[in-house]
Amino acid sequence: MATPVMEKNDSAPEPGFADSPYITVTFRVRRFNPEVAAEATWEDFQLEIDPKERVLDALHKIKWDLDGSLTFRRSCAHGICGSDAMRINGKNRLACKTLIKDLSPEKPITVEPIKGLTVLKDLVVDMEPFFQAYRDVMPFLITKDTNEPTRERLQSAEDRERFDDTTKCILCAACTSSCPVFWNDGQYFGPAAIVNAHRFIFDSRDEAGEQRLEILNDRDGVWRCRTTFNCTDACPRGIEVTKAIAEVKRALITRRF
Amino acid sequence: MSTTESPASGIGPVEGASLYTPDNPAPLIEPPRARTKKTPKSTRGNFEMVAWLFMRLSGVVLVVLVLGHLLIQLVLDGGVSKIGFAFVAGRWASPFWQVWDLAMLWLAMLHGANGLRTVINDYAERTNTRLWLKGLLYTATVFTILLGTLVIFTFDPNIR
Repeated sequence: MATPVMEKNDSAPEPGFADSPYITVTFRVRRFNPEVAAEATWEDFQLEIDPKERVLDALHKIKWDLDGSLTFRRSCAHGICGSDAMRINGKNRLACKTLIKDLSPEKPITVEPIKGLTVLKDLVVDMEPFFQAYRDVMPFLITKDTNEPTRERLQSAEDRERFDDTTKCILCAACTSSCPVFWNDGQYFGPAAIVNAHRFIFDSRDEAGEQRLEILNDRDGVWRCRTTFNCTDACPRGIEVTKAIAEVKRALITRRF
Repeated sequence: MSTTESPASGIGPVEGASLYTPDNPAPLIEPPRARTKKTPKSTRGNFEMVAWLFMRLSGVVLVVLVLGHLLIQLVLDGGVSKIGFAFVAGRWASPFWQVWDLAMLWLAMLHGANGLRTVINDYAERTNTRLWLKGLLYTATVFTILLGTLVIFTFDPNIR
């Protein structure tokens, strides 16, 4: 309820009010409740809503005013926490960064859970396999010096710039769950894990780059990438994911030969 | 937040009578694709990298070999109508064309087989399906390569 909507948006507009900003939008939401039915079904909700609102606001309206059983994740609601990645009109996006007016709202807007991960209820999926792949690439600073550091680990601006793009990841899983290779058996590390490995492989302060490259030089590592660019399209932070994966591939080849 | 109104969704009540009780719990949803300690298996080798590099390099070579092959066979010197036993026999009298055709055979077969291997890896979902498809693929590849190589090296222009 901490969404930044003004009070007047909560009341329905006067009928016949000429310059009302409200339009009628149909939201087609993929519902699943394992306690009621084994199969997921589509359910339509009609809303009077300002097209300048976000999809997350519409989901809030549905949950608070129409059907309290609708289940979805969201935390900060401002595109930072990465909780509310979902498949909106067939494309992975953050519900809190997607404006309704950008989705051609004259047609029903479909909202589904992200693909490739087990759906627990409605739009909530089990993120564990995703985070398992993330943990497997050791996403933390590793140095050979085991002593307590006595001074700051300094780095030049150019060295910092080298991996700047991949520091932006918020682990929303929009990229990994848009990857057709990940959809098959879920054993592929996935774009998000590779992006976070890239962030440390190309960090001049880190000394375990070779170990991470060895982990990604696997059957289910970077070589399963088919460069379909789904991940780059899906990333809500604008990270050039496919480029990062290609840089890891190139590092593997140039460091081996 | 009011949940007292019964939802008009047909999905079921949020609170109240549930189909399941602690003694009769809802079925557990098995994650179909969990990563465990055992999967994915660590392969410890550069096979995937070599295969990936091979695809790029053999692709570049094949562009020259195949386009040259098609040009010679189908366009130059009267086109496809000139091809006959005598034409093939004449070409294979020269070691240059033998090497050309041998390289094209090996590269094209391995390139195609490796491509199909990745397609099977990406699309076959069950381990058994994958195993059988790959078995079939490797058998066909080895058979075609061996047969082609045999013909190129043992070709007898005076047959019959």
